[in-house]
Amino acid sequence: MNTAVRNTARLAAAVLRALLVLTLVTGVLYPLLVTGIAQAAFPHKADGSVVRSDGQAVGSTLIGQTWNTRDGGPDRRWFQPRPSASAYDPLASGASNLAATSPKLTRQIEARKKRIAAFNHVPRSAVPPDAVTASASGLDPDISPAYARIQTDRVARARGLDPADVRALVRRHTQGREAGFLGEPVVDVLELNLALRDLHR
Amino acid sequence: MSTALADVLQLSVLLAALALVHRPFGDYMARVYTSTRPLRAERWIYRAIGADPGVQQRWPAYLRGLLVFSAVCVLFLYALQRLQNRLPLSLGFPPVSPDQSFNTAASFVSNTDWQSYAGESTMGHLVQTGGLAVQNFLSAAVGMAVAVALVRGFARSGTGEIGNFWADMVRGVVRVLLPVATLAAVVLVAAGAVQNVASPQEITTVTGATQHLPGGAVASQEAIKELGTNGGGFFNANSAHPYENPNALTNLFEVFLILVIPFSLPRTFGTLVGSARQGYAIVAAMGLIWLGAVVAVTVLETAHPGAAAQAAGGAMEGKEARLGEGSSSLFGVSATMTSTGAADSAYSSFSALGGGVLLLGMMLGEVAPGGVGSGLYGMLIIAVVAVFVAGLMVGRTPEYLGKKIRPREMKLAACYILVTPALVLGFTGAAMALPTPRRSMLGSGPHGFSEVLYAYTSGSNNNGSAFAGLSADTPWFNTTIGLAMLLGRFLPMVFVLALAGSLAGQRPVPESAGTFRTNKPLFSGLLVGAVTIVAGLTFFPALALGPLAEGLS
Repeated sequence: MNTAVRNTARLAAAVLRALLVLTLVTGVLYPLLVTGIAQAAFPHKADGSVVRSDGQAVGSTLIGQTWNTRDGGPDRRWFQPRPSASAYDPLASGASNLAATSPKLTRQIEARKKRIAAFNHVPRSAVPPDAVTASASGLDPDISPAYARIQTDRVARARGLDPADVRALVRRHTQGREAGFLGEPVVDVLELNLALRDLHR
Repeated sequence: MSTALADVLQLSVLLAALALVHRPFGDYMARVYTSTRPLRAERWIYRAIGADPGVQQRWPAYLRGLLVFSAVCVLFLYALQRLQNRLPLSLGFPPVSPDQSFNTAASFVSNTDWQSYAGESTMGHLVQTGGLAVQNFLSAAVGMAVAVALVRGFARSGTGEIGNFWADMVRGVVRVLLPVATLAAVVLVAAGAVQNVASPQEITTVTGATQHLPGGAVASQEAIKELGTNGGGFFNANSAHPYENPNALTNLFEVFLILVIPFSLPRTFGTLVGSARQGYAIVAAMGLIWLGAVVAVTVLETAHPGAAAQAAGGAMEGKEARLGEGSSSLFGVSATMTSTGAADSAYSSFSALGGGVLLLGMMLGEVAPGGVGSGLYGMLIIAVVAVFVAGLMVGRTPEYLGKKIRPREMKLAACYILVTPALVLGFTGAAMALPTPRRSMLGSGPHGFSEVLYAYTSGSNNNGSAFAGLSADTPWFNTTIGLAMLLGRFLPMVFVLALAGSLAGQRPVPESAGTFRTNKPLFSGLLVGAVTIVAGLTFFPALALGPLAEGLS
């Protein structure tokens, strides 16, 4: 018995050494190596694809953000993102996790549809699915081209722009499927809104 | 291009890539696990451990090394979380609570990566990178080691020796996981994943709002999290987070990483037992079940049944705009059927039947294609059962790869198969019978039940994904799911290694005209049948109460 205990203790000590060595290799050297390569080769992406405007960081093309007025409602002058279960807080990413059969979710979706149709002066049938559903990350940077299209006239009116110009802007910022067949076509809201602001300049 | 055509193209590209890679990669792994010359880096590690990689172990010694190693890993990870505030790089987070630390330690060491915490608001860089990401390598290497030990049981004869645990584990890390993960992490960064050592960066948006953009060793963790079929995300949103999975191309790449080792190991198996066709029979059964599930979930999600999805006009709740229904379905099935548990969408918001298929995918025992290593040894256990059933039908002593399946082998296989259903149904029953655990459910009725069933299925099968509506960060769920993960991982390993030892000790039986051919499509069909019947009969009543009741009402 004593020998068995002593053997197991000796084994445990050897194992702890093994764990520390392997932690050094996979927990320190590996991430440092990858960080080194990443920072040397792709510094902009490795640091989160941060967009600067007049020298100031204003967001990331990969992380959605709110486009609200000071009182917290959606601002008519900007393209609006999808609903978010995390209010676009990158330190609290996540989804609603409500079931596709959930009565609560159905009510939320009906209410959003009504509000978005009224906000953009379009019929309810024109509101696409992504406009009334919360994303998985709560940080979705994109909207569907259909959701961008129903917002153009409202944005143009609020800014006193020619709707045709705004529609052309949306077309220019519509990204097709990756490699032609992967994922869905999208519009990055931050990129679109920054370009929109530059229309005035 | 229509969505259906895009989905078919995406699936074809993935299959072509796997078909192209499995052969050289599977053969490479066969060489790694048979080589007798350690690399210089490996020699340093062996010296630090004080282990001689040349010593062959019988199964009890192999198992003892494995269990002590895993136990020390659990304790180490537990201590790291409990002492987080006193260690550097904590980002100011307090120590993790005792029950959550136990749950997380059990979770990462058992290759489950169930997360009852939110990464960005609980764990500092030291715990994430120096603790959790390390287990992503080690637990995966342990799974592969056990699979290789079982394969040796079939390949060797007249000896009880099944290899050396230290050599198998270290080689798996150094020669298989590290090089591929490094390459994959760089690819992910090139596509937009984050990789730095920064604290959250505060920015002011155009409208004057404040936002904190997080940093960290995200891409390096993402790569090994998929490659090692772990699944524990750096962020709470897991692979739905744009910093982990920036676009549809990285999404497909991550699915490829998830599948590449599980679908290549059967080739390794075929090479080691001296018949590539034996490997193909196994991989065909795995691929068939996986493909069936991909098609089923994609069709269901595109059709978007369910009142809420119908009201929205599409199943986009809990899905990212850039990925849509098709890419999310492909990822979801691949992650749940490989014990990866990563998620690029909210599985809880999938259609009732679509979510049911994900649940069933785990209930099949994670064998199609299953986790790294665990998928192969799980399917080989099913193969033992299948030849036993076939033997009963024709009245011959069953044999597989020249080894007799005697009562001892059959008992070990049966024990293996009974472990997870006992854990899943036992714990789910207890949780539903007690008053407190039920309060954690977000949904009510069948969906609420599905959330609990999913949690224990995911834990016991070492998957780690969740119907995340369940508030699982309670002492009850942290403790019971922690136990389910440890027992669901290590008890089956005991039976697998015992079986390996028993098989390795046998002398081979010469093949005769009456031997059942296990390298033919018929055998693949028998495997698919055995997998579905075993899981179907065990779990049908539970599925009927959850997703079936929800989807058909």
